[in-house]
Order: sequence, then C-alpha cells, then structure tokens
Amino acid sequence: MSNIYTSDVLIIGAGLAGERIAVAAAKEGLNVIILSLVPPKRSHSAAAQGGMQAALGNAAKGKGDNATLHWLDTVKGSDWGADQEVARIFADNSPIAMREMAHYGVPWNRVKGGPADYFIKGKKETVEEDPAKEGLITARAFGGTAKWRTCYTADGTGHSVLYTMDNMAIQLGVTVHDRMEALGLIHADGVCKGAVVRSLRNGSLSTYFARATVIATGGYGRIYGHSTNAVINEGTGVSIALETGIIPLGNMEAVQFHPTGIVPTDILVTEGCRGDGGYLLDVDEYRFMPDYEPEKQELASRDVVSRRMKEHMLKGKGVHSPYGDHLWLDLRHLGAKHLHTKLREVYDICKYFIGIDPITELVPVRPTQHYSMGGIRVNKDGHVYNMKGLFSAGEAACWDLHGFNRLGGNSLAETIVAGMVVGKRVTAFAKANPAEVSTTLARQFEEQQKKRIDALYNGSGRESLVEIKRDMAKILSDKVGIFRTGKGLEEAVTEFGKLIRRTDEIKVKSTIPGRNMELTEALKLKGMVKLGFCIAAGAEARKESRGAHTRDDFPARDDAGWLNRTLARWPEGAMQPELSYEPVGTIDMPPGDRGYGGGQMIPMSIPVEDYNATVDELQKKNGKHETAEPINTGLRPGLWKEEVK
Amino acid sequence: MARTLTFKIFRYNPYAADSTPFLQEYKVEETQRMNLFAALNYIRDELDPTLMFDFVCRAGICGSCGMLINGRPTLACRTLTGDLPEVIELLPLPYFKMLGDLSVDTGIWFRQMEENVESWIHTQKEFDPAAEEERMNNELANKIYESERCIECGCCIAGCATANVNPDFVGAAGLYRVGRFMMDPRDERNEEQWFELISTDEGVFGCIGMMACGDVCPKDLPLLEIMAFVRRKMSATALTK
Ligand SMILES: Cc1cc2nc3c(=O)[nH]c(=O)nc-3n(C[C@H](O)[C@H](O)[C@H](O)COP(=O)(O)OP(=O)(O)OC[C@H]3O[C@@H](n4cnc5c(N)ncnc54)[C@H](O)[C@@H]3O)c2cc1C
Ligand code: SF4
Ligand code: SF4
Ligand code: FES
Repeated sequence: MSNIYTSDVLIIGAGLAGERIAVAAAKEGLNVIILSLVPPKRSHSAAAQGGMQAALGNAAKGKGDNATLHWLDTVKGSDWGADQEVARIFADNSPIAMREMAHYGVPWNRVKGGPADYFIKGKKETVEEDPAKEGLITARAFGGTAKWRTCYTADGTGHSVLYTMDNMAIQLGVTVHDRMEALGLIHADGVCKGAVVRSLRNGSLSTYFARATVIATGGYGRIYGHSTNAVINEGTGVSIALETGIIPLGNMEAVQFHPTGIVPTDILVTEGCRGDGGYLLDVDEYRFMPDYEPEKQELASRDVVSRRMKEHMLKGKGVHSPYGDHLWLDLRHLGAKHLHTKLREVYDICKYFIGIDPITELVPVRPTQHYSMGGIRVNKDGHVYNMKGLFSAGEAACWDLHGFNRLGGNSLAETIVAGMVVGKRVTAFAKANPAEVSTTLARQFEEQQKKRIDALYNGSGRESLVEIKRDMAKILSDKVGIFRTGKGLEEAVTEFGKLIRRTDEIKVKSTIPGRNMELTEALKLKGMVKLGFCIAAGAEARKESRGAHTRDDFPARDDAGWLNRTLARWPEGAMQPELSYEPVGTIDMPPGDRGYGGGQMIPMSIPVEDYNATVDELQKKNGKHETAEPINTGLRPGLWKEEVK
Repeated sequence: MARTLTFKIFRYNPYAADSTPFLQEYKVEETQRMNLFAALNYIRDELDPTLMFDFVCRAGICGSCGMLINGRPTLACRTLTGDLPEVIELLPLPYFKMLGDLSVDTGIWFRQMEENVESWIHTQKEFDPAAEEERMNNELANKIYESERCIECGCCIAGCATANVNPDFVGAAGLYRVGRFMMDPRDERNEEQWFELISTDEGVFGCIGMMACGDVCPKDLPLLEIMAFVRRKMSATALTK
C-alpha cells in the first residue's frame, strides 16, 4: 500500500480560509498538514483585488459605521436568505480580523487627514478626512453598503493578505503538501477520518488521516465555462463532500454574476472601479444605471447591477462584438494618476489582455459568473452537517452569511473571519478526539480511486472530456444564468440527466505516467457535472426570485413559501440530487425591502416568532450538529432597530 | 491577415523512463487577441492531451505560468501571440526542478527562500483584539505594498547567473523580499540581525550585479533599486563591525 500521512488537523485548501485555520490550529500547538493543488500563494484568494469589508468607521465616508450597519447591509444584500446569527458573528469579528492582519503585516491603505477628492455618484467631491484618524485603516466604497467599509491595499488586497497569511503559516512551521489533489474523503459511520489524495507531480495516491479535517477549497465557477474564477476552481473539494451521499450542499442555485468581467477573456476588473467612481455606458455611450437605480446607481448590489445590465442589453442597447454583446466601463474621468496607483492591476489587465488603455479608452465588460454562494452546508461552528470531524470554511462552505447574494468585499473578509471562528472549533475538536489510523479504511477508499482511474484508462466509452465540459458550460450559461425561465430550467434538468450518464463513458487518450493532466481533469469531471446538476435542480425547484436567483415566471420574492435554504444530497447510486429544505436561521430583522432592485414581495404567512420556534429542530433534522454555544447566542436581537430609525 | 503559428514546445516527462527531451511542433490558427493561455489550451484540448503546463489565474496575478518565450522568461498568460513572430519557441524556466514539459516546481524553491530570509514580521508584540491598530503613514503603507508585489513567478531567478551556479542564492526575488521587511517598522529585526541573516554569498553578497533580473520582471518591479538599498544597508553595517 502507498504512503499514509497523519496529523492532528488536515486542511484541504491553502487559500485564505484554509491557511487562517491552519494558523489557528498551529498556534495551539497542533500538528497541521495543508494540501493544495498549487503552491499556497498561487491560490485564487491572491486574485482578489478590491478589498474586505469591516466596520472600522475610520474613513470620513465611513463615519458612524458599526457592526450592526454592516450586518444590516449583509442581510439585505442576501435578500434575507442569510443566517442572521452567522452574519452577526461575521460583522462583529471582521474589524478584529482586519486589525489582526495589520498586526501581522498587511500594509492596509491608511487615512490621510485633510481634504481628499473622490468621485461620488458621478460628481467630483472633496471630502475632509478626519485628522484625528490619521494613520488608521481606511476604506473605499463597494456596492450595497450604507458606508464606505471596504479595507484595501491598493488593488492587490487578496495578494497582500494571502502573502501575509502564508508567511505566518511558514513561520509557524505548517507543513504544506502542494500539487496534491484530494479525490475522496475517508469516512465511516458518519465520522470523517481524512482523505485520499493524488499527487499532481507523479500521479501516485496517498492517504491522510487526521483528528479533524477541513475543506477550504474555494469556489467552483469553472463549471460555467465563462467565469472570473481561476482555472483550478473546479469544485473537487465540494463534490467529494457530496460524494459521501449524506452531506448536503446548501443553496447551490445561488450563483453570483459580477457586472464587470472583461470581454473576451472573462478576467475580472474589480468592483473598486465603480466604487471609485467608474460609470457603465451603453452602445450610445449613455450612462444608463441612474435611470434604473436612481439612489445607488452603479453601486447597487451585484445581482441588481448585473440584471439591469442584461435587461439593458436585451433592449438592444448592448455593443455588438464577435464575442457577443457587451457594455462599456468608463474609467477615463478618474485620471491617469488614479489608474496608475489605486487601480493599477485594472490598468495592467486592460493593457496586457485586451490591448486597451483605460485612461483614454472604454473597457468592454459584461456580467460574468463570479462567486458561488452555495457550498458545503455547515453549522455556525463550521462543522459539516451529518459528518463528524469534518469542517468547511471559505467559498467552499455554505456558512451562510451571503444567502442569495453576497456583497462585494464580504467574501474575502469571510475567509479570515470564518478562519478565526471555525479555526477555534476545529482546534477544540482535534484536541478532544483521538487520532485513528485504519489501514483497512485506507485500503478500501484508495481502492475506490484506483478503480476510477482504471475505468478511465481502460473503459470502452467514447465520450470526450472536452465536449462534456463544453456542453455543461452551455447548459448552465444559457439556462441557469442571470435570468431564468421555468422552461429553460426544466430543460436544464433533463439535459443534466443525460450528461451525468455520459460522464461514465469517458476514456482518456493520454496514458503518460506522472501528472497526466487529461486524467487529472477526467477524475474531476463527474463531480463537476454533479455540482452543475445540483445548481440546475435547485433553481428549477425554487419557484420564486430571490437575490441572484431570478425567474421570469416567478418574479416575486416569496417569504411565505420560500424563506428557506435548499439542501441537495446525492444518495449513493442515485442519478440525480435529492432536495430538501430547512429554515434560513433565526430571524431578527424580518424580511423587507432591500432599498434597491425594485422587486415584488410576498410577505411571510406566519409570525416571525413561530418561524423562529422551529429553526433549531428543523435544521437538526437535516443533519446539523450540536454547536459549541447554543443557537442564537451570537445574535444581538433588536439592535438593528436603532439604525433604521 | 490570419496567421498560422508554429509552436515549438519543449517536451520531457521525468516520470516516464523512456522520455528524452525534444522540441515538438504544433500548428495553430491565430485568433483575435489570442494569448498563450488560449493557444496552449487549444493545443491540449484539440491536438495533444499529453502536454503539461501550469496556469491558475490566467490574469497575470498568481505567477504560475513563467516560461521562456522565444528565449525570454515571462508570463505566458499575458503574452499576446500578436506580439510574437509566427514561430514561437516555448521552453520551461531553467534552473527549477522539472515536472514535465513546460511545468517546473517554483513553489518548493520559493518556500525555501522564504524560510531562508525568514519572510515574516518579527515582533515581540502580542496582538490585542480590543486595541486600535497601530497607526501607519499612508505613504509608507503604499511603499510597503509596492515592495510586496512580487508574484513569485521565478522569471528573475531563471535569468540570474548566480542563481544558476549557487542553488542557495535567494535571488532578486529573495532580496526584494528582504527589502520589504527591512522597510516595515512592524518588523523589529535590527541591522545586526539582518546582517547575520543575509550578508553571505547566498544573500546580498552573492549578487554580482549583472542586472539580468532587472528587465525581465513581468511586474516591472524596481528590483535593482531595492537590491541597492539592501546592499547599502548591509555594507554600512559591515563597516561598523
Ligand atoms: C477575480 C476575483 C476577484 C475577487 N475579488 C474579491 C474582493 O475584492 N473582495 C472579496 O471579498 N472577494 C473577492 N472575490 C472572492 C474571493 O476572492 C474568494 O471567494 C475567496 O478568496 C475564496 O477563498 P478560499 O480560501 O475559500 O478559496 P481559494 O483561495 O480559492 O483557495 C482554494 C484552495 O483550495 C485548494 N484546492 C482546491 N481543490 C482542492 C483539492 N481537491 N485538493 C487539494 N486542494 C484543493 C486550492 O489549491 C487552493 O489552495 C474575488 C473572486 C475572484 C474570482
Ligand atoms: S543582478 Fe544579481 S540577482 Fe539580478 S540577475 Fe544579476 S546576479 Fe542575479
Ligand atoms: S521579482 Fe518579479 S520576476 Fe522575480 S519572482 Fe517576483 S515577480 Fe517574478
Ligand atoms: S496564470 Fe497566473 S500569472 Fe499567468
């Protein structure tokens, strides 16, 4: 048998979420191994440019900000799909997490007292920055927020924070096995013991055993084909959880499209472009957003701006191109200095990837798949439903502070806040539970992967990996995109039913030893199709519009019927996912108007108290584990009323 | 107008017993705004599934895709074919451990470098969650950020004469990292400690100033300026010893 590795904590994923948990556990003296497809600093977290939200309230335009306002914006942004207690834990801890990162070396941009010029809602404005705040962490504007709250380091926030975090992991001596891919979880009787892992250097298999295992594998936008996500964001981490047959994925149909993916490469230019005053223009170079959203304009939440853009293009106002219709992002008025400093990555991307100079030219953009609100369902401790000893955090998880739409800047912040909070629970779990290495289990689970590899090499099928991927991307983009229709969704579900069968008919052509990238891709494909299927099935079943999930046949948000979270499981041997529903969580602020987007609403049919009375029980029924602290201890009931007066 | 490009790509699989290095040719029809990310994926998807290379962000941010493009070390994802002649030769970055074809192991090298220069803030202070953050001048914050923009692509190492003969030399990227922490007031290392750490042939005195690194950095980082700053500081410390 091949190598067996053991550690106190096994972390699958070396992005910000995984590394923050590693740091938490290593600081407590635990022995940690992190697995990653790539060297940690190349994880996708490094690509985030914009920033992270925390209610520090130091910038003049952030004056009076507090955690309650952050929480309020987050819950509204989620279209009330979020777990309000988790959103509260997040908003309360985010300022601490930012300061902690400052302590460890992140060079956050700081307040400079005195007059400063900004572009706000189309006008140049001079704002007096408070000299008393000189040198504290400053913030910029992002969509869907009442205050300027997004902390940043120029336009390399993800890079800076990930480098700092990885430096800490190195300092603490955390072991990293990079170019390794987890292919399956090792589990028995609802307890996770570790993972089966394939080397992306030489193709060998190993098994890893730990007291606690964490999945922090990030998003899986690549299943849409066109996505701002890195090419490694293919969702193996999430699909190996689904593969257990008992772990549910939450709200897979909640998929975010970012307004400004550039055409044709789908590379993201940050929301900071609009935060700093950039405009969206149509084919007539007319600024259309204020017509749709007079209050927030270009800075409404992402689901709203993406929808408005699509709506405007459907009216024939898009710019035609060989790569499909698009709109323009206008940054010219921000000036050369701004584009060379605060938005330099944006400048570089335009210059190097599409040959455009944003100082003098318009940038072609359109809404592009960007973020997966759905993921492995966990309780507030990050403990995965139905599987003891398995935790999840970051974009891979559905901790659920984002509900049906996440706010820009909340995801990067989530990675380190969840890392802090969940890291503590992981550490406690690992300390309280013994290590178990079972060669029988190792052999059994490794054998499963060997069989899959054999089948891919020696099968009789004729299906091509590349074609199945293309077909899947097309179904998702055409039928499970920004605007969804009942008919399109039904078709998508039927087509996924066929696609899933085709995945068993793949034969890889490349038989080279070592890394064999075709085999590597083929091993992931079925899992990817299953995730796509969960998205389509969840969307088809949800007969309402909420946040990023928008249906033309059910245009209203339905709080009477659908104030719930979709859970998708994939029972062993099944050919399609099985859906169930649980309450979103305890409701402190009842559903209301978001203040943008202008959708219709169907009110709740039962009193909030009645809804809240069954939350814990119904979630436990779906597999939620007991939490370290009882439900609702993280809430601060009623505090929000002070802020909306 | 449309060109047919000829790619000559280095092929070698260290895990196959019978593999020997050679250059393989592929023909690709050029498309509008094509970059090497698109071209290499086309080759693997349509022509040859055995080809190995690395991309992650495909946006010039993660540093995964360094290779020699017609002899020059740079990032493949942000190289437009339109800026290259019809014949394009692709070789892996020299010096790093070969993993297969265009893929090399930069990750292990950089982790070692980071351990060698102790690439983290050295401080005795404990983080206090209840306290306000320590203040910092915004210009300084920007300056530190500037010196933190290296993406560990390895291009400067591949072009460096010293790195090629001394495997422990931390290279331009390593000295740049040293500069980043030297200018950060949160790092409490004093000149003595820095001197201990890097006044060696593996550190600042290994560099022979041939400047090959200076103009290959795809992030246009002012490598020579920062290395001069580090060298000046260490020379001054040497004089006081
Ligand atoms: C272009 C872009 C810009 C963004 N900008 C912002 C922003 O400004 N603000 C914001 O809040 N959010 C932003 N986001 C979102 C945010 O960056 C991500 O949600 C967040 O970084 C995810 O972090 P993570 O730690 O969960 O995962 P990642 O950083 O994606 O890390 C995943 C890790 O898992 C590893 N991995 C994956 N699968 C396996 C496997 N099977 N076996 C072993 N290892 C595996 C990978 O190697 C990697 O190390 C942006 C996203 C994109 C795409
Ligand atoms: S200047 Fe120094 S670091 Fe740069 S290539 Fe020459 S020897 Fe290497
Ligand atoms: S200094 Fe420049 S060339 Fe060298 S590794 Fe860093 S980014 Fe690459
Ligand atoms: S793939 Fe990330 S820099 Fe080229």
